[in-house]
Amino acid sequence: MINLTINGQQHELDVPDSMPLLWAIRDVVGMKGTKFGCGISQCGACTVHLNGVAIRSCSTPVSAAKGEITTIEAMADDPVGQKVQQAWLDLGVAQCGYCQGGQIMNATALLKKTPAPETQEIVDAMAGNLCRCGTYNRILAAIERAADTEASS
Amino acid sequence: MSRSDDTLLLANVSRRGLLKGLAGGSALLLAARWDLALANEKAQFGAGAMPGGWVDSPNVFIHIDPDGLVTIVNNRAEMGQGIRTSLVMVAADELGANWDQVRAEQANADQDKYGNQNTDGSRSMRHWYEPMRRAAAAARLMLEQAAANQWGVPVHEVRAEIHKVVHSASGRELGFGELAKAARELDVPGRDALVLKSDSELRFIGKESGLINGELTSAHPKAIDGEDIVTGKAIFGADVDLEDTLYAVVARPPVYGAKVKSVDDTEALKVAGVKKIIRIEGASQPAAFSPLGGVAVVATNTWAAMEGRRALKIEWDNAPAGDNADYTSEAYRKSLEKAAQYPGKVIRQSGDVEAALKVADKRVSATYYMPHMAQAPMEPPVAVVRIKDGKAEAWAPVQNPRATREGIAGMLEMDLENVIVHQTLLGGGFGRKSKPDFVIEAARVAKAFEGQPVKLQWSREDDIQHAYFHAVSVDHLEAGLDEAGKATSWRHRTLSPSIASLFAPDPRHKAGFELGMGFNTMPFSIPSIRLENPPAPAHVRIGWFRSVYNLPHAWAIQSFAHEMAVAAGKDHRDYVLDLLGPDREVHNLTVGDGWNYGEDPDMHPIDVGRMRRVIERATEEAGWGRKTVKGRGLGLAFHHSFVSYTAIVFDVEVDDKGELTIHRADIAFDCGPQANPERIRSQMEGSCVMGIGIALQSEVSFKDGVAQQSNFDSYLIPRMPDAPKVVRVHLIDNPDGAMGGVGEPGLPPVAPALCNAIYAATGKRIRRLPVGNQLS
Repeated sequence: MINLTINGQQHELDVPDSMPLLWAIRDVVGMKGTKFGCGISQCGACTVHLNGVAIRSCSTPVSAAKGEITTIEAMADDPVGQKVQQAWLDLGVAQCGYCQGGQIMNATALLKKTPAPETQEIVDAMAGNLCRCGTYNRILAAIERAADTEASS
Repeated sequence: MSRSDDTLLLANVSRRGLLKGLAGGSALLLAARWDLALANEKAQFGAGAMPGGWVDSPNVFIHIDPDGLVTIVNNRAEMGQGIRTSLVMVAADELGANWDQVRAEQANADQDKYGNQNTDGSRSMRHWYEPMRRAAAAARLMLEQAAANQWGVPVHEVRAEIHKVVHSASGRELGFGELAKAARELDVPGRDALVLKSDSELRFIGKESGLINGELTSAHPKAIDGEDIVTGKAIFGADVDLEDTLYAVVARPPVYGAKVKSVDDTEALKVAGVKKIIRIEGASQPAAFSPLGGVAVVATNTWAAMEGRRALKIEWDNAPAGDNADYTSEAYRKSLEKAAQYPGKVIRQSGDVEAALKVADKRVSATYYMPHMAQAPMEPPVAVVRIKDGKAEAWAPVQNPRATREGIAGMLEMDLENVIVHQTLLGGGFGRKSKPDFVIEAARVAKAFEGQPVKLQWSREDDIQHAYFHAVSVDHLEAGLDEAGKATSWRHRTLSPSIASLFAPDPRHKAGFELGMGFNTMPFSIPSIRLENPPAPAHVRIGWFRSVYNLPHAWAIQSFAHEMAVAAGKDHRDYVLDLLGPDREVHNLTVGDGWNYGEDPDMHPIDVGRMRRVIERATEEAGWGRKTVKGRGLGLAFHHSFVSYTAIVFDVEVDDKGELTIHRADIAFDCGPQANPERIRSQMEGSCVMGIGIALQSEVSFKDGVAQQSNFDSYLIPRMPDAPKVVRVHLIDNPDGAMGGVGEPGLPPVAPALCNAIYAATGKRIRRLPVGNQLS
C-alpha cells in the first residue's frame, strides 16, 4: 500500500511502487487536472508540487512522492497560485489550455521561491514547460504581472 | 479541407439540390453574402456547400432558463482557437445577453441538427458568424414578441435591451428569463423579418479588448473556459471519468501497412493490472481513418497498460507494407530533388518560360526542402468508448465529429443513429484530430468489453511515430531577371506526397485543393510563368497539419522572392511590391484554382491590394530599412491563405557561435471583419511561435519506414526561450471585406520570414528545414 497526501488529503492506494505519481493521481485517485503530455519529463504538463517544489509527476514513482503533494486543483486556495491564476485570466493566456495547469504549477513554484524574478529567470524556469499553441509571450507577461501584484499586496 | 476534390464536388452537388428547396424565401434584408448564398447557385461555395451546411434556428442554438441563464450551443470543436468564446459571444451580442449570464453548451456529433461541425480549414467563424447572428436576432425578436403579447402592445413599441425587454411608453420591462417560456412557443420569424444590430449597438463583436501588444487595455469578456482551465477543471478527452473504465494502449506496426506476424504476451499478462491482450487487424492501404492495427493491452489503469505493452514481444510482418519498409528520408529527399530537375504535370502556364529563361540577363535558381512534421498537440490522441445495449457512445477530442461517428458506425457495423459522439475540449488539434482513427481504434477495443468503457490513450511516442504526417516537400524554382533585375520568368516545380493518398490509390500528384494552397494562387505579376507538379509517392500516412500545403509553398516562394531581390541588388520589400504589381483582384479560376478554400472567388478573389497593405504595415511597424548592427537583420515574408492575408517581419541576431536571438516579430494581418480581435491576436502570436519551430527545430525523418523521432527529446518544438522577445500583431481594419480565416493563415509566412532575416543577419541562405545546427 502506498500512502499519498494530495492537497491535504490522505490516500491509501494499492498500486506498485514504480507507478508514476501522474497515473496514481489521474487513474487511481481520479483527479484530472494534472495532465499527461510526454511521460519523460520533457513537457511539464504533469507538473505538481512535492513539498513546495515543482516536480514532473510522470517520472516520479509514487514511492518517491513522500510528503505534501499539491496539484492544480488546490491552486485556487493558495495565495500565490490564486494571483497566478488571476494573471492568466486577465491576460487571456490560455489557448487550448491543456498545458496551462502545468505552466501555472511551475510558475507558482517559481514565484514562491523567487517572488520578483528577472525576465531571464522566468524564461529559464519555464523552459521545461511546453505549449504547442505557443502562448509563451503571454505566459511570461502573466508571471510578471502576478509577481507585480504579489509585490504590491 | 475536404477529403478530396471528389468529396467536395459531391458535397456541392447535394447542397445545390437542397438549396433549390430553400431558395423560395426572400432574405434580402440580411448580409449580402448570405443573400447571394441563399438566392442562387453560388451556394456551391461557403458554409452552404459544406456537408450538413448551416443551420440558423434559434431553437437549436439558444435556450433561456426562467432565471435568465442563457445557454448557447457551440457546434464547433474548441482546440485553442477560442471558438467557444468567440462564437458564443457573437450570439450573445446579437441577442443582447448579459455576458455573466451566458454559458456555452457543447453540441455532440449531430450534423443534421447543428449543421457542419468539421472544424478545420479556418472556417468556424467565417461560416458561422452570420447563422449565429441570425439565430440570435430571431431569438431576440421572439422575446420582444412575447413581451408585446403579454403587455398587449404592438411589437414595434417594445425593444430588447441588455437581458430584458422594455416598453418605454409605459416603463414596463421583463427579463429574458421571464419571457423565455412564452417566446419559445412562438413561431420562429422568417429570415426576412430579422434585422441585425448595427455596429454601434454591438458590445463585443469587433471590439478590441484584453492584451494588445503587451499592454492590457480594457478587460475582455471572460473566456468561456478560462476559469476551468486555470483551476484544472476543464474536461479534455482523457479527463472523461466513467465508472468501471478500462485503460488501453496499442502497439502499432512501426512501418505503415505492416501487420502482426506473431505476439508473445506471456510477460505482458504477468504485469499487475493487465486484463486482456487483443490483436487488432490492420487497415489495408490506403488507410483513411482506419486504425493501423497491432496489439492492444487492456488494463485497470494506464500505467499497467503501458507496462504490459512494454513486455510484449511482437514480430512484425513488413511484407504487406510493400516499399514503405524501404522508406528513408535522406534517399527520398534526393529522389525528389532529382525529379525536380525534370518537367512535371503542368498546373499553370502563361508566356514561354523556357524561352524567357534563355534570354534572361540573370538566372536565379534554388531548391527548398521541408521535412515531415507531426502535429503533436499537447494532448496526445485519446478516446473513451462504451458499447452497451446496441449503442456505442464515445467521448473524444475530435475536430470532425461527423467523420468520427461514421467511422465508429463502420467499425462496429452499427447504424449511425446508434452511435453517439460527445465532443470534449481538445488539448490542441492542428489537424491531427481531424483524423478520428484513434476513436475508431478505441471502439474496436471496446467491442471486446461490451458494457464497459474503454479509455484508449496514445503515448507521445505513439503520437509522433504514428502521426498523419505533414507532407515532406521539395520545391525547385528558377527565375529569369532582365538587366534591371526585373523578373521576366518564373518556373516553380513542387513535389510532395498528397493527402489524397490516404483515401485512394496514391495519385502521386497534388490534389487541386493542395495546389490551391499558395502554389497556383501565387500572385506575382510576371510575364512568363510555368508551374509544374512532378510526381512524389507517399510512404506514410500524409495528413492535414495546420495550414497544410501553404507551409512548403510559402516557404519556397517567399524565400525565393528574397533570393531574387538579392540577385537584383534591390531592397526586398520594394522588390516584392514590384513583383506583386498593381493593386488588382486575381480571380482564382484565371490561375487554375477551382477551390479557393471553398469560397466564392467573386467575393474572395486574390486581392493584391490587401497583400500590399499587410506588407507595408508589417515593414513600417518593424522599422524596415533601418540600419542594423553586424549580425542583426530584418526578414520579411507574406502569404495569402484561407482567404486572409498575412505579412511578418522578424528582427533577429546571430552571434559568432551561431546562436540565434529573435528580438521581435511584427505581424500584419487582414482577415476582413474581425469578430473577436482578442482571439485573433492570440492566434497570430501562437502561429508565430509554432512557425519558429517549423523553421528551426521540427522534423520527423524515416529510416526503413520507421520514424526516427519519438518524443519531445528528439522531435523538438519551441520552448519559451525560443519565442521572440517581443511579438506585435497589427490587425488591418477592413470591416467591409469578406471574412477570412484566422487559425491557420498566420503560420505559412513565419519560416521564410525567419530564414530571410537570418540571411539578412548573416548572409547564410537556408534552403533546407529545419535550420537545426546550420548556423553553427
